[in-house]
Amino acid sequence: MNNSAAVLDTIPVSDRNRASSHSGGLPVVCWFEECHKDSVPLVGGKCSSLGELINAGVRVPPGFALTTEGYRHFMAESGLQQEIKSLLAGLDAQDMDALEQVSASIRTAIENQPFSTEMEDLVAEFYRKLSVRCCLPAVPVAVRSSATAEDLPGASFAGQQDTYLWIRGAEEVLHHMRSCISSLYTGRAIAYRANQGYHDEQMALSVGVQKMANSFTAGVMFSIHPANGDRSVIVIDSNYGFGESVVSGEVTPDNFIVNKVTMDIIERTISQKEIYYTVDQKSQKSIAIEVPFERQKVQSLLDDEITELAWMAKQIEKHYGRPMDIEWAVDKDLPFGGNIFILQARPETVWSQKQKTADVKSGVSAMDYIVSGMLQGKKLS
Amino acid sequence: MKFPNPHDVKTIPGTEGWERMYPYQYQFVTDDPERKEYEEQSFWFYDGLHYPEPIYPFDTIWDEAWYLALSQYNNRIFQVPPVRGVDHRIINGYVYISPVAVKDPEEIGRRVPNFMERAGYYYKNWDELEAKWKIKMEATIKEVEQLHIPRLPDLEELSVVTDAIGESKGYQLIKAYDDLINLGIKCWQYHFEFLNLGYAAYVFFLDFVQKLFPSIPQQRVTQMIAGIDVIIFRADDELKKLAKQAIELGLDQAIDFTREWTAIEASLKAHPKGQEWLAALEVSRYPWFYVSSGTGWSHADKSWNDDLNIPMSGIATYIDKIKQGVNIERPLEKIRAERDRIIEEYRSLITSDDDRKTFDDLLTTAKTVFPYVENHLFYVEHWFHSVFWNKIREVAVIMQEHGLINAIDDIFLLRRDEIKQGLWDVVTAWATGVKPRGSKVWPPEIEWRKGVMEKFRAWSAPPAIGTAPEVIQEPFTIVLWGVTNSSLTDWSEIQDISDPDSITELKGFAGSPGIVEGKARVCRSADEIRELQEGEILVAPTTSPSWAPAFAKIKACVTDVGGIMSHAAIVCREYGMPAVVGTGHATKIIKTGMMLHVDGSSGRITIQR
Repeated sequence: MNNSAAVLDTIPVSDRNRASSHSGGLPVVCWFEECHKDSVPLVGGKCSSLGELINAGVRVPPGFALTTEGYRHFMAESGLQQEIKSLLAGLDAQDMDALEQVSASIRTAIENQPFSTEMEDLVAEFYRKLSVRCCLPAVPVAVRSSATAEDLPGASFAGQQDTYLWIRGAEEVLHHMRSCISSLYTGRAIAYRANQGYHDEQMALSVGVQKMANSFTAGVMFSIHPANGDRSVIVIDSNYGFGESVVSGEVTPDNFIVNKVTMDIIERTISQKEIYYTVDQKSQKSIAIEVPFERQKVQSLLDDEITELAWMAKQIEKHYGRPMDIEWAVDKDLPFGGNIFILQARPETVWSQKQKTADVKSGVSAMDYIVSGMLQGKKLS
Repeated sequence: MKFPNPHDVKTIPGTEGWERMYPYQYQFVTDDPERKEYEEQSFWFYDGLHYPEPIYPFDTIWDEAWYLALSQYNNRIFQVPPVRGVDHRIINGYVYISPVAVKDPEEIGRRVPNFMERAGYYYKNWDELEAKWKIKMEATIKEVEQLHIPRLPDLEELSVVTDAIGESKGYQLIKAYDDLINLGIKCWQYHFEFLNLGYAAYVFFLDFVQKLFPSIPQQRVTQMIAGIDVIIFRADDELKKLAKQAIELGLDQAIDFTREWTAIEASLKAHPKGQEWLAALEVSRYPWFYVSSGTGWSHADKSWNDDLNIPMSGIATYIDKIKQGVNIERPLEKIRAERDRIIEEYRSLITSDDDRKTFDDLLTTAKTVFPYVENHLFYVEHWFHSVFWNKIREVAVIMQEHGLINAIDDIFLLRRDEIKQGLWDVVTAWATGVKPRGSKVWPPEIEWRKGVMEKFRAWSAPPAIGTAPEVIQEPFTIVLWGVTNSSLTDWSEIQDISDPDSITELKGFAGSPGIVEGKARVCRSADEIRELQEGEILVAPTTSPSWAPAFAKIKACVTDVGGIMSHAAIVCREYGMPAVVGTGHATKIIKTGMMLHVDGSSGRITIQR
């Protein structure tokens, strides 16, 4: 997997210069692979974690980010900041109607405000390079906001409607970047900030642009058993199409348990999978479709893919030093060997924070354990 | 779980009176209310692992021997806190056992310090005590090997008079028989000196690891203690050595080792270098060829020394492999490296230091006990038993000469006290010069018993009877029941299918990991392994060290009987080939030539029909 750079060409050095040529040395646009875990202030949590994964040798769909620096330039250059300030002046945060009205005005203003020519050129150039790297004329991408601090209210409200899928063309990308930014000004977000006494100047947003994984199969996996906390296994849930059907719980996915130490598949449960998500060619939206009956009870992942995924999960866990919760996809456009992608990875929280089970006597000698084990006995089953 | 009441199990028509074939205390009874109630409230399960077939009256010797030995160590020597001994019964020829729990919590509490002190002493001084054990055991085996079974002459030798011996061959025969039996019992006293403590260490290491890692396959836990030199491989190593030597001496050119042993031996004697090789063979044979073709628990199990065709076919295979340039050594270094990697990876997944400490201590203990748990089998079940069965056959020769039995192996249809009785009949009649009464008593009784055994074989023994407890605490029973119960559940599923030709999937224990496909070769006994072709999948009732030559040819192994610590599983793990063990019925369902898909990681076999 380390040499999975088939899709991820090295980044042309010139991009870095041009991208950061704006002022002050910070880039306004950058590739994911230029990000790492300390890049949160610049590209937000989502993009920095993708960069971190790429640098750990994990295959992630390629993409780039409009940085917080870019966001600030956009807000400052366009004079938007002033306009927003005056619109918000004297607003009563309790007055819902007024709030919604102001929100609509601000969002329209943002969405109608073009980027500077220089920034437009930069984004278009990055998008073009991304398309070239993906060997597609105009690569479909996901555009989503990447918040700098999850506890910042504006950011968490923005997080509700900030993902736009199957976007094609530089114009569309720019448009949806603005949509992401404007989502900082929903009525609820404005009210929340007003109530908490946050200033808009404290906010910063990054927007990630990432190749859509055209997944044949997708799902989630845990590098710990989610039901019993066993750290020696990797548990994979999978279904055909996009991961939505698995994440939302709309289908009972196939389930595989892989031994983390020996990497063999120790358990497999093939379920009847009635629906899957795919892209509707006309609307370019993802839609649920019935799985053809003859495929419903067929294993949705090849054994080799299961092993490869488990291997990736093991590497990711090793990199982060803790059990992880991972979203993945098998791309249908690419051949086996380079077709498995990690879409997201975050620390597993349920078991990792839990105290170990009470009935394990530990810290005792073998002799003590044997005696207490005998006294307890083994259940007859 | 609900099981039949022990007193409701029906006698098979035509076997009425079968109880006299076994010691009386083995019967479930109704005439003693206290005993009856105890029997109903206890949990009895069929020990199918040790007794896949109904037990012969004489073979009950080993059952009584371990009945005594295991129970005494548990209850009177080490005082396992929550459990006394393991009780035994026989129904329709099948052995049922039941752990006897200590019910009073205060009594359990009183037993704890005794156990800590006594068992603790053994665990602490294990290696030193095990070395002493080996000396005791070898001395016992030497005694049985040297035990002379005298024939009864018409006229005693003159030396009896001139040396003033003062004893006749008649007395000596009775004494020799007693000595033989006593040596057998003594051997089993030693057998359990360490075994149950060994099992306890293993069981609770397994238990701890499974609590830390609930999804860990049992196979992985056994892998953590694998790759330590154990005698189980010694016989096979001797074959490799002899194969190399045959090539060095140039015998491989002149002699065809695939023939019958008698023909090979004649050629060797005629060859100038043959004597040298024959001498090496003698060295290997004693004791390493005392490997039994079965568990050693039945008189029907033969060792290589009883049938040299089996080791010869192994030598022939190895000669062939060496000439093809194949490396015939077990990849011991690789196994050890993999073992260490597995331990290290699991160890690093343990989150607390306390758990890691307990893990380390239990692992060390399990590694310490493991060689005994394996090696005692060679000393007792293989070496001692092989010699013992043949000594009993020497006794049988005398009984046959005096008309008490028709065929040599008929002796095994008599209880050992009946044999003693019969020998008294023989020696008194011999001394007196009359015909022994037994010549008219035993042959018809033996014929009847043969019929009974036939009917026993056709009966299907229930997996358990009586009342199941919540938990079992006796280590030996945990191991045995663990193996017996889950296999019986899987087996009964298959028994439900009326048409065996329709079965396409079999389940057993995941004995050794890996997946292969290949042609099946069903071998019912060790002498059939000569028919194995390179790359076939061996399907056998069970395997033992005497099956070693088979493992050089096959690419997977499937057995009817055995758990993940059985011979087939251990050997396959060491050779890195898949094994599915304890399938219950593989040899009945699979036929030679069928294409099999064997998954040794999940324990599944698919028959491609």
